[in-house]
Amino acid sequence: MISTGTIFQREINAYFLSPIAYVVIAVFMVFSGYFFSVMLGLTQESTLRYSLAYTQFILSILTPVITMRLFAEEYKTGTIEPLMTAPVTDFAVVFGKFLSAWALYNIMIAPTAFYIIFLAWVGSPDYGAIIASYVGLILMGGLFVAIGLLVSAVTKNQIVAAVIGIVALLILLVIGLASTGNEGWFYSCLSYIGTYDHWDTFTKGIIDTRDVVYYGSFTALLIFIAVRIVESRRWR
Amino acid sequence: MIKVEQLAKRYADVYAVDHISFEVNQGEILGLLGPNGAGKTTTMRILTCYMPATSGTATVDGYDVFRDSINVRKQIGYLPENVPLYPEMRVKEYLTFRAKLKRVSYRERKLKIDECIEKCRIKEVQNQIIGTLSKGYRQRVGLADTLVHDPKILILDEPTIGLDPNQIRQVRQLIKELGEKHTILLSTHILPEVEMLCGRVIIINKGKIVAMDTPSNLESQLKGGSNIVLEVRGNGEKIKNALSSIKGVKKVVWHDKGEVNNFAVEAEKGMDIREDIFSNIVKNNGVIREMKQVVVTLEEVFHQITTQEQEVIT
Repeated sequence: MISTGTIFQREINAYFLSPIAYVVIAVFMVFSGYFFSVMLGLTQESTLRYSLAYTQFILSILTPVITMRLFAEEYKTGTIEPLMTAPVTDFAVVFGKFLSAWALYNIMIAPTAFYIIFLAWVGSPDYGAIIASYVGLILMGGLFVAIGLLVSAVTKNQIVAAVIGIVALLILLVIGLASTGNEGWFYSCLSYIGTYDHWDTFTKGIIDTRDVVYYGSFTALLIFIAVRIVESRRWR
Repeated sequence: MIKVEQLAKRYADVYAVDHISFEVNQGEILGLLGPNGAGKTTTMRILTCYMPATSGTATVDGYDVFRDSINVRKQIGYLPENVPLYPEMRVKEYLTFRAKLKRVSYRERKLKIDECIEKCRIKEVQNQIIGTLSKGYRQRVGLADTLVHDPKILILDEPTIGLDPNQIRQVRQLIKELGEKHTILLSTHILPEVEMLCGRVIIINKGKIVAMDTPSNLESQLKGGSNIVLEVRGNGEKIKNALSSIKGVKKVVWHDKGEVNNFAVEAEKGMDIREDIFSNIVKNNGVIREMKQVVVTLEEVFHQITTQEQEVIT
C-alpha cells in the first residue's frame, strides 16, 4: 500500500511536469464549455443533463490520452526494468498508476463545477440530479481509465495505446447507444455491456446499485487483467 | 551470496542462457564477460527477478529468485544496461522516489540519499532535471539509485558503456570503492575493465560458460607458454637449428626473407629463454635486429575462447 502511494505520487507529478495534463484539461474545457452553452441555449433548461450526454463522447477521446503513457512509456524507455526490480508488487504498480490517471481525470472534470454556479445564477437547477451525475461521471471515469490502462500495458507505443483505447471506448458507447430501446435479449445484452444506459440513469438523478456495480466490477476486472498482463512478463 | 545452478532461458528454440552454474562469494567482484548477445543481460535479468528462467534455480542471499522475489529484490541493487531513468524528474527527487519504493524508512531516507549523492559525486547536479544530464552523470545517478537502500549485492549491467575515457575511469574507481563493502556482479565486454576490477571472471559465449577463473590465471593458462618474435640477419637454416636446440623451446616457425629472417619461437610455460636465444644466435654469427616477447592479454584470451580458435597466437 505504501508503494502504491509512492507510485501514485510520482505519476501525478509526471503528468503535471509534462504538457499532457494541461493540454487535456484545456481541450476538455473548450469542448465541454461549448456543449454546455449550446445545449443551454437550445433547451433553456437549468440542467446539466443534455450537455453531459455529449461530455461522455469527449471523455471517450480524452481519457485514453491520459492513460496512454502509463505503461507504454515505461516499456519504451526501459524504466520498467528498474521499476519492476524494486521490491514492489505488480498490483501496487498497476493500482498506483490507475489511481493517478483517475485522479487526473477527476481534476480534469472539476472545473465544470463552474457551470453549476452559472446554472444556479440563471435558474434553479435540481441539485440531486447534478450530484448523481457527478457520481456517475467519476465512476465512469474509473472504467475509462481502467480500459486505457489495460491497453497501455500491452503496447510499447503510446499512439497505439491511445488509438486502441479511444476505439474501445467509442465501441462501448456506440453499442450502448445503438441498442437502447430495442427489444430482445441480444440488444438488452449489448445495452447492458455498453456504457450509455448506465450513465444515462445517473444523469436522470438516480444512483442505481446496478449501475454502480456495473462500473465497479467492470473496473475491478480490467485492473485485475492489467495486473496479470504486467505479471505475465515473469512467466514468459 | 549468489548461487546459480543449471540455469537456462530459452527463446523459441534458442537457448539465450544454456544451463549455466556459478557462484558469487561474499565480498568479491565477479565479472561476466562475453560478446554481445552472449546471455549476460538475460542472466542478470533472471537474477534480479525481472524475468523467469526456463529451468534451473538461482538463489540470492538464500532466497529463491522465483519464489521469494520480493526478498531477493530487497537485497539487490540493479543497474540495467543504458540506465533507464525518468527524464522529467530532478536527481534528488528521483532518488527520493526510489528510496521510498525500496522501503528506506522515513528517518533514514534523507541521510541515505545524501550519502549516495556524496559517494557517486553528483552533488553538483542534485537539483537538475535528469533529462539534461550528460551520460556520465546519468550513469552515476543510476549507481546512486542502486546504492540507496544499502543492498548487499550490486548487479551492474555494462556500467561503463557509452562513457568517455575520463568518465570510464571515474565510474571504475567508484565501483572499486563499492567493492569494499558490497558483493558485485558486473557484466562487460571491455577487457581491461575486468582486469582492473574483478577478482574472478566468467567468460560466457552463446549462453554457455566457457571459462571461469581469475584474470591472471586465465591469461597464463591460455597462452600455454611465451612467444618470442625475432628478426635476425644471418644464415636462416643454421639459426633455426640453433634455436630448436635450446632447452624449453617447443616450436620454431621460420619465415625466410633472404638476408633477413623472421622467427617465431614458442617456449614452454614459465620459461624465459630470451638470454639463451641471444647467445645461440650470436654463436651462429647471426645479428639480432629485433627481439620481442609477445604477452598474451586477456583480450586475446577472450578472442580465442569466444571464437574457438585452436592455433596459438604468434
